[in-house]
Amino acid sequence: MAKLVSLTDGVAHLVRDGDVVALEGFTHLIPFAAGHEIIRQGRQDLTLVRMTPDVIYDQLIGAGCARRLVFSWGGNPGVGSLHRFRDAVQHAWPRPLELEEHSHAGMANRYVAGASGLPFAVLRGYTGTDLPGHTTNIRPITCPFTGETLTAVPALRPDVTVVHAQRADRNGNVQMWGITGVQKEAVLAAHRSLVTVEEIVDEWEPVPGQVVLPGWAVTAVAEVPGGAHPSYAHGYSVRDNDFYRDWDAVSRHRDTFRAWVDEHVHKAGAPA
Amino acid sequence: MTDELTTGWTADEMMTVAAARQLRDGAACFVGIGLPSTAANLARATHAPNLVLIYESGCLGAKPDRLPLSIGDGILADTADAVVSVPEVFNYWLQPGRIDVGFLGAAQLDRYGNINTTVVGGDYDAPTVRLPGAGGAPEIAASCGEVVVIVRQDLRTFTERVDFVTSVGYGTGPGDRERLGLRGGGPRVVITDLGVLEPDPVTCELTLTHLHPGVTREQARAATGWDLAVADGLATGAPPTARELAALRALEATKSDGRRP
Repeated sequence: MAKLVSLTDGVAHLVRDGDVVALEGFTHLIPFAAGHEIIRQGRQDLTLVRMTPDVIYDQLIGAGCARRLVFSWGGNPGVGSLHRFRDAVQHAWPRPLELEEHSHAGMANRYVAGASGLPFAVLRGYTGTDLPGHTTNIRPITCPFTGETLTAVPALRPDVTVVHAQRADRNGNVQMWGITGVQKEAVLAAHRSLVTVEEIVDEWEPVPGQVVLPGWAVTAVAEVPGGAHPSYAHGYSVRDNDFYRDWDAVSRHRDTFRAWVDEHVHKAGAPA
Repeated sequence: MTDELTTGWTADEMMTVAAARQLRDGAACFVGIGLPSTAANLARATHAPNLVLIYESGCLGAKPDRLPLSIGDGILADTADAVVSVPEVFNYWLQPGRIDVGFLGAAQLDRYGNINTTVVGGDYDAPTVRLPGAGGAPEIAASCGEVVVIVRQDLRTFTERVDFVTSVGYGTGPGDRERLGLRGGGPRVVITDLGVLEPDPVTCELTLTHLHPGVTREQARAATGWDLAVADGLATGAPPTARELAALRALEATKSDGRRP
């Protein structure tokens, strides 16, 4: 059964320096509070994995937690570029950032392979693009039945995956709904997992379209109401679009970014 | 509201209207955020009420009444026929060719409709400008029945060679898509703020076929980084109708309204 923990303890025990860490959530249910706790605890040399390293990874990269990024789309959705990500790639600030770049279809299938206990996934993808020229993790493969050439990508097996969900019960059974992205696959692909939730309840009611992560498949659950902000939790909060728009100016310069992290991550402290 | 032709619209409004007109009612359309989402929702609000909008967040058949800021806004899940996982949207819906139209933008575009959204200038490891990257685009470009590209036309964007091929159009010319095994049809039309380009049926080279009202062929050629081919029957497209313009402005006005519970 998943252990019920505080956010501080969950990150302290499950996220380690040098880990391959996936924080997932496709626009919805992004585990921002956990990302901030990783920054507060000063984690270093992380390989950050995420399909859409949007504002949350901009913060982790700018704070110097990351050595390497494995991703498929690095922008601020509907707003523009990620300035901390760009600064790291273009000027190695605050430290160099290695990239391994994929398409969404490739990343999604890499998680599926990891969750399925397979060494790789196969898809129709990447063909004719320049992406395979920049990583050895995209390779052609011949179908043994038809002879057709397809594309293989290796399984993702994060040391730890962190996601946010709406609810868990006291046995750590996790319930999420709305846009659930690739979170189930990312949790099942990982060696350890931490799920932050809006609330822990005695018993939850089923919701149409829900995804359930059984407590015995999750390492730890932490109750962190509002832990997805400025992303959102369907049924609990709405996306703070103004935050995403304002992030463009906050993140554009190193000093305004540092001041923001100082104020809103370090001084704010961990949620009680 | 009438179908009378109008004046006083902007080049971006003309571009969005022209893109919306490309979408036939009932088609299934894979929509990215920004201009594609605006154009697709304009089509749904005007001539194509049964357009099926598919967002890569897993929302199939979304019917938003305001423009989402991101592909994962709650309004998309709330109004969708189905919300599926991200692996499902790519593996079950896009990959087998179930989606008619893919709608893409571009940071750079070449004469064969190849698209770069990855890096500009320098080399890959030390680029002048690092862009967001591929997202869903490579497989959208590969697998949709056809692709509609919407992009502002200027020398920075319309380049002789793209610095990085993120998504394949016609590769280096005729036969390339077949040789690569790409099963979708590729770019059928490129809509810009100056006009409309379509691939030549023989050479696959993007050819200027329509100008927007008030734009000259010289302007379009001057905004293109290669010797732009111009169709013999170059025509001028219709300006936005009053109905199109009113619907577009009503949609744009919903953009700031992002906090509905």
